[in-house]
Amino acid sequence: MSDSKAIFLKDATVNAADGDQRAFIRKALGGYYTNRDLQKARYRDWERARDAASLAKWSAVNDLANVLEKFVANFERNGGVVHWARDAAEARAIILKIAEDAKAKAIVKSKCMTSEEIHLNDALEKAGYGVVESDLGEFIQQLRGEAPYHFVFPCMHVKREAISELFTKHLGTAPTDSPEELTMIARRHLRQLYVDADIGITGANFLVAETGQISITENEGNARLTAALPRIHIALSGIEKVVNNLDDLSVLLPMLATAGAGQPMTCYNTLYSGPRKKGECDGPEEFHIVLLDNARTRLLADPEQRDALHCIRCGACLNVCPIFKNIGGLAYGTTYQGPIGSVITPHLRGLKQWNHLSGASSLCGACTDACPVRIDLHHHLLHNRRNAAKESPTLFDRLFHHGFNFVIKRPWLFATGGRIFRATLPLLQKLPLPYMGAWMKTRDLPKAPSQSFRDQWKNQNV
Amino acid sequence: MSDARSDIFARIREALKVKAPKPHLKTDANPGKTSTVAKPWLPDGGETADASLTILAEQLAKLKAVLIRVPDKAAAAKAVAELSAAKNWKKVAFHGHELLRPVAASLPCETWEADASFDKQRLEGCDAGITTCESIVAQLGSILVSSATSGGRALSVLPHVHVVVAEASQVVPDLGEALALAKARHGDQMPSMLSFITGPSRTGDIERILVLGAHGPKELYLVLIG
Repeated sequence: MSDSKAIFLKDATVNAADGDQRAFIRKALGGYYTNRDLQKARYRDWERARDAASLAKWSAVNDLANVLEKFVANFERNGGVVHWARDAAEARAIILKIAEDAKAKAIVKSKCMTSEEIHLNDALEKAGYGVVESDLGEFIQQLRGEAPYHFVFPCMHVKREAISELFTKHLGTAPTDSPEELTMIARRHLRQLYVDADIGITGANFLVAETGQISITENEGNARLTAALPRIHIALSGIEKVVNNLDDLSVLLPMLATAGAGQPMTCYNTLYSGPRKKGECDGPEEFHIVLLDNARTRLLADPEQRDALHCIRCGACLNVCPIFKNIGGLAYGTTYQGPIGSVITPHLRGLKQWNHLSGASSLCGACTDACPVRIDLHHHLLHNRRNAAKESPTLFDRLFHHGFNFVIKRPWLFATGGRIFRATLPLLQKLPLPYMGAWMKTRDLPKAPSQSFRDQWKNQNV
Repeated sequence: MSDARSDIFARIREALKVKAPKPHLKTDANPGKTSTVAKPWLPDGGETADASLTILAEQLAKLKAVLIRVPDKAAAAKAVAELSAAKNWKKVAFHGHELLRPVAASLPCETWEADASFDKQRLEGCDAGITTCESIVAQLGSILVSSATSGGRALSVLPHVHVVVAEASQVVPDLGEALALAKARHGDQMPSMLSFITGPSRTGDIERILVLGAHGPKELYLVLIG
C-alpha cells in the first residue's frame, strides 16, 4: 500500500465518523447551494452556456501549442517577461532568481493554487524571504501551518473560535466571535504589508492569447493590491489556462463565479497586460509570468481524459461531492481536492501512488452535472481505475481475474461452485475474511437463495 | 540540454498528435467566434437602454452597492459632497479627469489628485477614492475601471470607500459588449490593468458568512449622470 493511500484511509475513516464536523461543513455549504441556484436561474439557458464554456476551453487546449505561442508573443509585446518551467523545481528556481536579482525582502502573495502545487512558500522562506498570504482563508491556513482544505474555500472547516484564538496567539488581538471583526483584524494587519512588499505573487485564472492579458478572479481585493503596490509582479500559471479570445471571458467569468461561489460575478475580475505603461501613475515596474508544465503535458497526451485540462478551478465539483463532504479536504493529501483532484492527481503525481483516489467516489455523477465546462469527471475516475488495473494489477486482482476466467468458461464448475457457495454462505458470515474486513464491518452478507438463477430459469413454466 | 521552452512545446506537439473528440454539445453554441452580439443564453442585460438601467439597478442593490442617479454634473458634485459630509470623510483622493475636478472642488474636506503625484502611503490614508470608469455592465452590475481612465491601479481599491462618477450612456447590456468596447477604444494599446468591479470587496472565508470590505473598499457608490 502506498504511503499516501495509508494516510488517506486513516484520515478518511476518522473524519467520516466525526458527525459534528460533517454537520459544520454541510451548514457552511448551505448558503452556497441557495445562491448558486438563484444565480443559475438568471441564465436564460444554463446548458447552452455550459456548451459555450466547454467549447471555449476545448478549442484552446486542443490547439495548445499555437494558442500558447500567440499568448506569449502578445504578452512580450506588452512588456512582460516570460519564463518556462518544466517542473516544480524549475519554477521555484526561476522565482527565487527574480527575488534575488531584485534584492527583495518582503513578498506578498494572493491566492494561487499552482504555488501550493510547487511548494513555493517553503522555498521562499528557506531562502530567507518574508512571505505573507493575503487572501483571508490562505492567511488563516498559513498561520495554522496547514494546507488549504478546499481550493476555493481554504479554511471552510475552521470554526470562528479557532480563528479568534489563532489571531490572539499570532497577532495579539482581543478574542471575538464575530466573523466581521475577525475579517477586519486581518484587513488592518495586511494593509501595511502590501505597501511595504517588494514583490507581489499572483496566480492566473485565464491567459488571453488574443491580447496577451492575464485574467485574475477574486473577491477580496487582495490580488488587486498585490498587483498594484509592489515593484515587481510575478504571475505563476499552468500552461493549460490559456483561452483564444477576450470574448471567451464573457462566458467563462460569470460561469466561474456562479458555479464556484453562487455569485453573478466575483467582486474583482482583472486583466493585466504588462507592467506600468507610460503615462500610468502606479503599478509594477516589472511583470513576469512563469508558465508551468509539471506533468500537465502527460494529461494532455491522454485524449480520453484531456478534457480534465479544461478545469477552471471553480470548486463546484467539491461542493456537491458526497465523499468530499464526508471525509473533508485534508484527507485527500493533494493540492487539488475532490473529484477533479482525484482525476488529475494520478496523472500529475503517479497512478501507482494515487490511484486509491479513483475509488473515493460513489460514481453518483453529481460532479459531472455541476461542472460548468462539462468535464466527464466520474467517468474519468472509472478510466483511472481501469488504467491502474492494467498498469500494475495487485496480486488479488490477478488471482481473481484468472480464477474467474477459468471458472466462467466451465459451466459444470460454475454450477458446482455456486452450490458450494450457497451452502457455505451462512458459515462465511461468521469467519473473518481477508480483504473483506473493512467492507464487512458495516454490512451483512445477503441470505443465500435456495436455487441458482439457472435452476430458477429452467424450472419456470413459461 | 535543450531549454525548457522548446522541451515543453515538443511535449505539447507530441501529446496533441492523437486528437481528442470534440465535446458532445447539446446546442450549437460557438464561442470561438468573437462576437459583440449578446449571447442569448447568458443572464439578460436588457434589450433597450431603459431595460438595461432597470437590470443594473437590481443587480447593484443585490450586491449592496449604492446607485445614485442624478440629472446633471452639478447634481453629481452635490451628491458626492453630501455623501462626504454625511460620512465625515477627512481626506479624499480623486482621478484627474474633467468630470471629477468639479466634484472634488465641491467637497467639504481635503482632496488630492492622486494620479498627479502618486504616493501609496498617502493613498492608504485616504477615506475615499473617486474615479471614472470605462463602462458599466447592466447584466452583472459590474463597473469596468482601467489604469488609463481610473487614475491607475490602486485608487479604485486601496481607499475604504470607492465612488464612481459616470454618464448613463456608459451603461452597456453585457460583459461581451464591455470587452468589445475596451478593445475598440484601446486597440493593441490596452491599459496595463482593466478590472470589472462587481460590488464592494467581500469574503466568505470565515464559516462562509458574508463580510463586506475584506481588503478593498467596504462601500461602493455609483453616481450615474443622466
